[in-house]
Amino acid sequence: MSTSKEIEVKVGLKSPIVMGSIGLLTLVFLGLLGRDGMVAFEISRRTDSLQLPTLDIDSSLLGVLSGLAMFALAAFSLSRAIKNLKTPIWVSIVFGAVGVTALLGWLAAEKSVPIAFIAGTALVLAVPIILGAMAGIMSERVGITNIAIEGQLLTGAFMAAVVSSITDNFLFGVIAAMVTSAFLSMILAIFSIKFLAQQIIVGVVLNVLVIGVTNFLYQQWLTEDAQNVNFPGTMDIIKIPVLSDIPLLGPVFFENRITVFLAILIVPTIWFILFKTRLGLRARAVGEHPLAADTVGINVGRTRFWWVTIGGSIAGLGGAALTIGNAGAFGREMSGGFGFIALAVVILGRWNPIYASLAALLFGFSIILRVWANQVSPGIPTDFITMVPYVVTIIAVVGFVGKSRPPKALAVPYVKG
Amino acid sequence: MSEINKADNTMPQVMREIFSGGLVRTVISVLLGFLVGALFMIGSNKEFIESLGYILARPGDAIGAAFAVVNDGYGALFRGAIYNADAETFEKAIRPLTETLRLGAPLIAAGLGIGLTFRVGLFNIGGTGQLIFGMIFATFVATRLELPFVLHMVVALIAGIVGAALLGAFVGFLKATTGAHEVILTIMFNYIALYFFTFLMRDPALLQESRASGNPKADPAAETALLPKLLGDNYSLHWGLIFALLAVVVFWWLMERSTIGYRLRMVGFNPDAARAAGINVEKTYILAMALSAGFVGVAAANQTLGTAIGVTPSSHANIGFDAITVALLGGSSGPGILLAGLLFGAFKAGAPSMQVIGVSPEVLGIVQGAIVLFIAAPPLIRALFRLPKPQTTNALESFRKRVFTRGGGSK
Repeated sequence: MSTSKEIEVKVGLKSPIVMGSIGLLTLVFLGLLGRDGMVAFEISRRTDSLQLPTLDIDSSLLGVLSGLAMFALAAFSLSRAIKNLKTPIWVSIVFGAVGVTALLGWLAAEKSVPIAFIAGTALVLAVPIILGAMAGIMSERVGITNIAIEGQLLTGAFMAAVVSSITDNFLFGVIAAMVTSAFLSMILAIFSIKFLAQQIIVGVVLNVLVIGVTNFLYQQWLTEDAQNVNFPGTMDIIKIPVLSDIPLLGPVFFENRITVFLAILIVPTIWFILFKTRLGLRARAVGEHPLAADTVGINVGRTRFWWVTIGGSIAGLGGAALTIGNAGAFGREMSGGFGFIALAVVILGRWNPIYASLAALLFGFSIILRVWANQVSPGIPTDFITMVPYVVTIIAVVGFVGKSRPPKALAVPYVKG
Repeated sequence: MSEINKADNTMPQVMREIFSGGLVRTVISVLLGFLVGALFMIGSNKEFIESLGYILARPGDAIGAAFAVVNDGYGALFRGAIYNADAETFEKAIRPLTETLRLGAPLIAAGLGIGLTFRVGLFNIGGTGQLIFGMIFATFVATRLELPFVLHMVVALIAGIVGAALLGAFVGFLKATTGAHEVILTIMFNYIALYFFTFLMRDPALLQESRASGNPKADPAAETALLPKLLGDNYSLHWGLIFALLAVVVFWWLMERSTIGYRLRMVGFNPDAARAAGINVEKTYILAMALSAGFVGVAAANQTLGTAIGVTPSSHANIGFDAITVALLGGSSGPGILLAGLLFGAFKAGAPSMQVIGVSPEVLGIVQGAIVLFIAAPPLIRALFRLPKPQTTNALESFRKRVFTRGGGSK
């Protein structure tokens, strides 16, 4: 290849190479060297009124087919790269979906895959991550690094459990979670905007503080008096009429707790505000070029303050989804790194609410896959399955699958000149 | 005092410099941290809450209860971490202090590592991952190799440092070549390292203990590799402390006296200026991350070789994250990190005796968080206490010279 040609190929061959190698791994390990036996993909649940037949396929054949499909996607990406065009994001999404299917088939050789159960649980597990990521996007889009998502989630989880228990009303619990988490975010905002403190440090410190406070109160108060203050139970599952009867989609999307529905509504709303309204344009201007924004009359400090604060309240809702939306009680450090995963998801989703939510689903899948894999075929080292999303994040951050570029003024305090 | 004041016009300037300096701010932050912790102890105390019901009738009860719980709580911390006056013998009475030193040692070493990156303008949030990588290497040497005493320990220590430094260098390399942010990289590697270590400890052919139970756990380190006890068998304090202190000396020399340190600090001050001056900033990032993780590796060796029971996935004991707070409190300087590490080591040592008297030691997590929150925002402390802004003249230095050189004020 001549030098001049290399300069022309600005897009680079990184993504087809990565996709091709993963496809090869899938073809060899999940396909040719894969496990024998039929896999039955159950589309309908056994309790559904409308029963669809299961899709049966040989496990290793599925691996081979998936590997070939991945090669096709890599080839498409290559053809785009040669024409100096970027790989579209839907290719990555389809690629991920094919990979997950191949993995499911490999794990469940001679068994069946309850698709609705796995997808539904993945969504429920992903909700706190999705909402945490929304907090991350909202604050990073205006230029404030938010490492404190973990603390915001934990605050929300704690307040939702305690307030719901005391008042016997989930609505109060959700409101308390959102308000308290917003207050926590105000500390981040004020320290970053007014005191010009290092945003990453403030975020780390807030996490330490929230973990300390919730651990203390949990130990000193919640364990002593669990019946009265940490026994909220979970919210009722709402079945949306008609829609919840659709096979597969119904049980996954339309038969959930209110927290899941709220998340499904919040994500497109934030996307719309951010990219289609004047409010969002202003916010993005503040995050990209605060001086220019200031010059045209946007109040940089105030914009940053409110986006960070409202983002925090959404993360608080994510915390509530952990307790009253899933587990039913608060547990010590129960956010367990979800906040840091949300941080990864923000980058993986290129600071876009929709893509970030899809990335969060990837993490949700990896969590439920580990649990389910232990049941369906014990003895398989599930640690690697758990590792996959983190590795994918690193691959994305180092720019192999399309460079993800942060807002330009991220983590830069703005001092009015 | 007043005499000097009259004699010397620069005195107020000196006072301003003292009060604007980092030391006063640090002391205030620590005191405020303890105050916040005390408020939480009081607020969660049953006697205090009950006395609130009749606070207007007998306010003394509430104040008494508040005082009692804080006194009990921090008293227990002191007994558990410094000196136990209730013990029968002197040997037993000072055991808490040796525990503080033992638990503080890895915090000091890891804190140095994190502090180093702060000086270069980087954020190493990946202490946990680097610690785990160090533990993987050190565990391999300590459980799978057979070497004579002392040599075995030294090789395991070096393996721990190298293991951690390799991961650190890899992060630095990724940052230097692709521009990826080290905060994200290091957080992701924390998880990858943890799951990788767990995987290694699940397989007997790799690192799992020979009498395999189902749980991920490694063999105990060979006796030849264990860090020897420092004060005899009555105390569990071991040579980890010596290595941590050595690390402080090395850190101080490296950062304050060596050419490498000068280069590191220069990049930290202003990477563009450093680049203009001919410094290879990318290489410096790789070097800084490797050195940083190397210090964390000392803590990894300490965790692996310090106890006679095998390591588990939780043996990292959250030191990687605590090290961030240690480095912040210590102002990223060697002596500061030494003191900060000892303070947070004391928190760990004193926790059990607080538990015994019924005060949740988790309150120390709040104290720790509050201290660094105040440290993180110097303007906040200045505003709260009306401290002067940082001063740029060097009146303090000239004052010190006058006092500490023979002949007092005569020049």
